[in-house]
Amino acid sequence: MTEGKTILTVDDSGSLRQMVTFVLKDAGYDVVEAVDGQDGLEKAKTRHIDLVLTDQNMPGMDGLGLIRALRTMKKYQSVPILMLTTETGDDIKAQGRAAGATGWIVKPFDPARLTEVVRKLIG
Amino acid sequence: MLTLTDKSRSNDMLDAEEGTEYLAFTLGREEYGIDILRVQEIRGYEPVTRIANAPAFIKGVVNLRGTIVPVVDMRIKLSLGEATYDQFTVVIILNIAGRIVGMVVDSVSDVTTLKPHQLRPAPEVGSAFDNEYLIGLGDLGNRMLILVDIDKLMSSADMGLVEKLAA
Amino acid sequence: MTIDMSQFYQVFFDEADELLAEMEKLLLNIDLAAPDDEDLNAIFRAAHSIKGGAATFGFTDITEVTHVLESLLDRIRKHEMTLTAEHVDAFLSSKDVLDMLMSGHRHGSAVDEAAVQTLRARLHELSEGKAAPTPAAAAPAAPAPVAGTPPAADAAGNFHLRIELPDVSAKDADALAGELGLMGTLTRDVLPDGRAVFTLVTTETADTIVAICAFVLDPDALRITDACAAAPAAAAAAPAADFGLYDTAAPAAASAPQTPAATPAAQAVAVPAAPAAQPAAETKNFGRRATDKEAGESSSIRVSVEKVDQLINLVGELVITQAMIDQRIAALDPIHHERLLNSANQLSRNTRDLQEAVMSIRMMPMDYVFSRFPRMVRDLAGKLGKKVEFVTKGAATELDKGLIERIVDPLTHLVRNSVDHGVEMPEKRRAAGKNEAGKLTLSAAHQGGNIVIEVSDDGGGLNRERILDKAKQNGLPVSDTMPDSEVWQLIFAPGFSTAEVVTDVSGRGVGMDVVKRNIAAMGGVVDIRSVPGSGTTISISLPLTLAILDGMLIKVGDEIYILPLGYVIESLQPAPVDVKEIAGQGKVVKVREEYLPLIPLYQIFAIEPKSEEPSEGILVILESEGKKAALLVDGLVGQQQVVVKNLESNFRKVAGISGATILGDGGVSLILDVAALLRSSRQLNADSLCF
Repeated sequence: MTEGKTILTVDDSGSLRQMVTFVLKDAGYDVVEAVDGQDGLEKAKTRHIDLVLTDQNMPGMDGLGLIRALRTMKKYQSVPILMLTTETGDDIKAQGRAAGATGWIVKPFDPARLTEVVRKLIG
Repeated sequence: MLTLTDKSRSNDMLDAEEGTEYLAFTLGREEYGIDILRVQEIRGYEPVTRIANAPAFIKGVVNLRGTIVPVVDMRIKLSLGEATYDQFTVVIILNIAGRIVGMVVDSVSDVTTLKPHQLRPAPEVGSAFDNEYLIGLGDLGNRMLILVDIDKLMSSADMGLVEKLAA
Repeated sequence: MTIDMSQFYQVFFDEADELLAEMEKLLLNIDLAAPDDEDLNAIFRAAHSIKGGAATFGFTDITEVTHVLESLLDRIRKHEMTLTAEHVDAFLSSKDVLDMLMSGHRHGSAVDEAAVQTLRARLHELSEGKAAPTPAAAAPAAPAPVAGTPPAADAAGNFHLRIELPDVSAKDADALAGELGLMGTLTRDVLPDGRAVFTLVTTETADTIVAICAFVLDPDALRITDACAAAPAAAAAAPAADFGLYDTAAPAAASAPQTPAATPAAQAVAVPAAPAAQPAAETKNFGRRATDKEAGESSSIRVSVEKVDQLINLVGELVITQAMIDQRIAALDPIHHERLLNSANQLSRNTRDLQEAVMSIRMMPMDYVFSRFPRMVRDLAGKLGKKVEFVTKGAATELDKGLIERIVDPLTHLVRNSVDHGVEMPEKRRAAGKNEAGKLTLSAAHQGGNIVIEVSDDGGGLNRERILDKAKQNGLPVSDTMPDSEVWQLIFAPGFSTAEVVTDVSGRGVGMDVVKRNIAAMGGVVDIRSVPGSGTTISISLPLTLAILDGMLIKVGDEIYILPLGYVIESLQPAPVDVKEIAGQGKVVKVREEYLPLIPLYQIFAIEPKSEEPSEGILVILESEGKKAALLVDGLVGQQQVVVKNLESNFRKVAGISGATILGDGGVSLILDVAALLRSSRQLNADSLCF
């Protein structure tokens, strides 16, 4: 089911990125890492991505910026994009929705939960 | 070549009775002995790189498997024998507290074990070495070894091998 | 599924260290009058990132501190509060406390709980009481932006949810019941119109329920209410959910969830069960996976210094072997062995590139050292009641890691000394017509094969008389006519201090001798320039790396020496007319309208030269410490990179020699200490050519 599914994880924090990568690889996904919005966008352009998992607060292009940019691209119009955020307020959720995110996950998160959500979205 | 006996294998017998092993070598007409544990290896003489403004007995430095090692000629230092260099010239590579130095002597004879009863106090005179650097004499019956405190000698200001500490 | 989080701790700590250092740097440079928004954002982001990591990896104490810190920073960056010096102080203390907490987790070192509490109280106080009277601060944003309305959970943390399904097939309803049943206790009922309704007691939130149901039915048609409270709660509004999917996501995104939703419902239901089916105690081992392709994705790896050094040593050996090959094949007939020679050339280039690449691994920017000083200077100046403006220059200048680590202590000492003894008190500076704030500059720059690091202040300068008096008291051989440069060097004598007041900052000047000794041990030299009333500059000159240098091989008589290429400006054959003898001062040579002292190497090293006549030899023009001289040699042999070997590991320091190397033939060649040669040439006269 998860064969060949690739997830792009975007986070400026190396430790969190590594952890997310580890968890997702463990669940059988291929993972591409990016260190910020710009890097994420570059990587999204050049390869096939089945799901994007992006941190919100990053230097340069932030998560919302990345989501907006991706949604303007034809190949990312219907790819699920999840936003990782430490903020639980409705504000950020509304912004995420407006930018075109598919959903959000609050940090810190339980690794099992991350897999669960991802599975729901792309199997 | 020399075979170095493994000192650590000493059994429960009295260590003292087993004695200490010395490497015997000749300089001029005298035969000397140094603690075998200070000897790393014995090599032939190779061309050295001269060190400017160093005393004549410091021949220079050589490359010993990537390490730069000074070579001293005891024959020059003690004004003994002929300081010639040929295929028979022998260099004793010493390891004194982690510092390596090569020492040119006339020849190396053997490794001898000296038991405490064979040790004699050093004579007041009669050796090319200053008494300060002598441990004593080793009586081998037909031979007499002058036992040199090689640690003390090689570390001395007299040899100029180590940095002199500012007084 | 259990994951061993500890495998990510190291990365987190390293990252947090960097973020804290960055935060400190920004805080120290911030202009309170007009703080830069980008800086404020960056500081906020640092706290934010650390909080995120700490929370994920379960370092609650760090999370708590960073949380308060982040909230406060958030308000400042949003201009709801004005940044004050008090804030900066509190933030800097936060950095220290966080360092301490991390060290506690890392090394199990003691944590000063009282300090943590004090800091938290201070941050709280700042975020509550001290909001600046800007209109924005009056806005309802006052409390820290944590979760809004508390979730309607019972004492056990359970939600009692009533879930009304739209009209769906019995099969879908069964599937959902099965899935939701995994999340808690499910009671199923049927509404009057035939639709199914569940009551679920669960720790999960309404959002989760929506997310799960979204694959089977239209989430909009789903009604989830609090089974206890009568008031219906909109599913998406449940605030404490740890994740959620938008019910009707942005137009384009809407089709995304439909892909899986379109698959048979039974599959969608089975999916969430899969993770639960995995053995709960399963601990994943990262080690094996870390080696696979993900390495290609990450931008850097961490390697132990031992491994790098081993690599450098091996490459060093390779360079020597390479030189040996070059020497052997040089004797071959170039026509017969053209292909072999070409290959050897290629190998030679590759070796050089490899060596350069390997050496560069050990190079680190000086910023590694410099970055620790702004804070130290600030704290120190505060303690002494002085004002100091601290400037660094050339922080990107690279230096060998081994040297960089060894320069920290001497440099710390010099910087402390400058703040303590160099820069005057504000009143004194004002009286002298200077700016109240002293200027302390730390700079690094490459100069030939060296790096020159300078600690410079615009303070009172060294006091010649006092140093001489002190030297006399200490029984040092001095005279009143000694040149300044020699007087300044006296402060490097053991136990020497001229400070009027002994402070706990730099102590009694103990250590200048240690500073000098440490630097000399690194193959460097220390120089002092000082002008009364306008300041002191201490200049440290160090070799860039201890391991390898570009050498010029020169020949005098039968001996070959190496000149570090960094000192060489040019080499030339002088015309006899350009060489002049100065009575009692040796020879000078005119090079490009400049008279340079001539250093005859044969004379210094007592070698029998090919010729003593400068015009029959070669002059190598050298420059060190701003001074030039011409070294007379018999001829040039070539240029090559050489691996520097320490002469002193088994021998003593030799005047005029900085080290040794092994040439292609296995023989040893000595490397000239150009700086020392040039220094001696300045005092050189015909009678004293020895060192």
